[in-house]
Amino acid sequence: MSHADEHQGTRRDFLYYATAGAAVVVSGAAVWPLVNQMNPSADVQALASIRVDISGVTEGTQLTVLWQGKPVFIRYRTDEEVAAAQAVDVSSLPDQSAENANLAAGAEATDANRALATSTGSDEEGGENWLVMMGVCTHLGCVPLGEQGDFGGWFCPCHGSHYDTAGRIRKGPAPRNLPVPVASFLDATTIQLG
Amino acid sequence: MAGIPHDHYEPKSGGEKWLHKRLPIVGLLYDAMFIPTPKNLNWMWIWGIVLVFTLILQIATGVALVMHYTPHVDMAFASVEHIMRDVNGGHMIRYFHANGASLFFVAVYLHIFRSLFYGSYKAPREVTWIIGMLMYLLMMGTAFMGYVLPWGQMSFHGTAVITGLFGAIPFIGESIQTWLLGASAVGQPALNRFFSLHYLMPFILLGLTIVHIWAFHTTGNNNPTGVEVRRTSKEDAEKDTLPFWPYFVIKDLFALAVILAVFMAIVGFMPNYLGHPDNYVPANPLVTPSHIVPEWYFLPFYAILRAFTADVWAVQLVNWVSFGIIDAKFFGVLAMFGAIAVMALAPWLDTSSVRSGRFRPTFKWWFSLLCVDFVVLAWVGAQPAEFPYDWISLIAAAYWFAYFLIILPLLGVMEKPLAIPATIEEDFNAHYAPTGGTTTIVNPAE
Repeated sequence: MSHADEHQGTRRDFLYYATAGAAVVVSGAAVWPLVNQMNPSADVQALASIRVDISGVTEGTQLTVLWQGKPVFIRYRTDEEVAAAQAVDVSSLPDQSAENANLAAGAEATDANRALATSTGSDEEGGENWLVMMGVCTHLGCVPLGEQGDFGGWFCPCHGSHYDTAGRIRKGPAPRNLPVPVASFLDATTIQLG
Repeated sequence: MAGIPHDHYEPKSGGEKWLHKRLPIVGLLYDAMFIPTPKNLNWMWIWGIVLVFTLILQIATGVALVMHYTPHVDMAFASVEHIMRDVNGGHMIRYFHANGASLFFVAVYLHIFRSLFYGSYKAPREVTWIIGMLMYLLMMGTAFMGYVLPWGQMSFHGTAVITGLFGAIPFIGESIQTWLLGASAVGQPALNRFFSLHYLMPFILLGLTIVHIWAFHTTGNNNPTGVEVRRTSKEDAEKDTLPFWPYFVIKDLFALAVILAVFMAIVGFMPNYLGHPDNYVPANPLVTPSHIVPEWYFLPFYAILRAFTADVWAVQLVNWVSFGIIDAKFFGVLAMFGAIAVMALAPWLDTSSVRSGRFRPTFKWWFSLLCVDFVVLAWVGAQPAEFPYDWISLIAAAYWFAYFLIILPLLGVMEKPLAIPATIEEDFNAHYAPTGGTTTIVNPAE
């Protein structure tokens, strides 16, 4: 093979790879906007925080509000429910993490770490009775039903997950406790979500 | 086009020759319509035509429905009621479309099990089989998204559950779920894009249908004996086959007429029998229906999804081996998609050199058990997830995997098949020998 042929070959190879490389970059650049347009739009992301009036929630009742398209349970638990939740040994739980966005990631799933006032350091009266959490089953996203199931807490009708009175998973296919969202008391009758 | 020797289209008139030189489309359609087809095909070979008919039915009724439907969370449910009450003949078009989905799946399951029994997936028809499996997946996606559009309670919470399957993927699941829904929860973005994709996917299905037909027109049809059509000469091939038109077209149309009589009875007299009353309740994000089940055609795979809970030892083993990455939830998702994947791999898992189940005495029993298994899975998928249904679904799911991963590979080695006829003609004449007095034309093509 002559030197000229070799030179011609490498030059052609180079053009081939350069063209192929450019084609990959261009098609990637063309496809990415088409993929990214499916991510949440600006107006969807903007609905980040809401304020909820809880003055109507009395002991043993629950308010369900829609926040970011998902239901949030705000329950003023009875003293018996709190006592039942506090009596549970954390080491016996399937998910021993508090799943509380107001706490550090590793926090234990004690009742105090699940209830809103005690976990956010609020000195609300009867604070340990307030439980605020997402009403979305951690299995496949159904809305659990209140005051049902084997532990008197919540029961998911879709695939049979049982949650206790602190919203912790106790039995069934769901892998995690119902998550507590970022929330805080603004005053005695108002909770801010997000 | 076909590998079986046969007559090809010859343009005769001046106009035909003019067009043929520029676009040989008439020749293409001629070859497709007159394709030599094994003359021993039985009644299980009608489902392909039923599927083509149903796809066209769904596209035609779907295009009509879109003219009256509004893909908006506040208006979708009302616009469907508008179709049902106000649009001229709208209720009928919608009932055809909704029950057409059921007809589609009845036909596809019979079509698939036909192929599983007669070994239609085996060489050289693996590509036809794989394309078919892709079409089945697309069908399921299309049917699921179509069910979301009326925006009833089942639509809404079914979407939450099904997109939740993707959320089970470790590490990236939540981002994928958010990307699919266009928000952190089911809402307007999800409805809008499902509408777009529900309109697109049937046309991809139509394209794949053409490729599917192209593939088996190249290899030739399988047939109940599993013996290939002789290709040694045109004369030999004609002893094994009849042209598709008119022989099989007439047969298929008769079968279609019978099936449509049943279909019309369902559409006319019991249009909501296969649906769920909960989907006539407008979507409410705050309340999940008390008993949420998918449409009947998803139930077998839904049962497999639910079968593998955290207390199953296989799930615990996988969880331990994968350092907790694969939990029970993700295991269930993998099992559900895996159930279809093992079926798609059947051409390479089945080691038997005999194609048709007709000549495989042991295989017949295992295959019958698979059919029963499929029905059991469909039944148990609609039951609540508690004892004894959890055990039944676990055993049934295990058999599904065992059939493809253990029984098919082993049977090919262990089983002693029966004698196979040398040709299709021989088998045909053994069943339909000309009787004295009447002159039956055995080879009408000559």
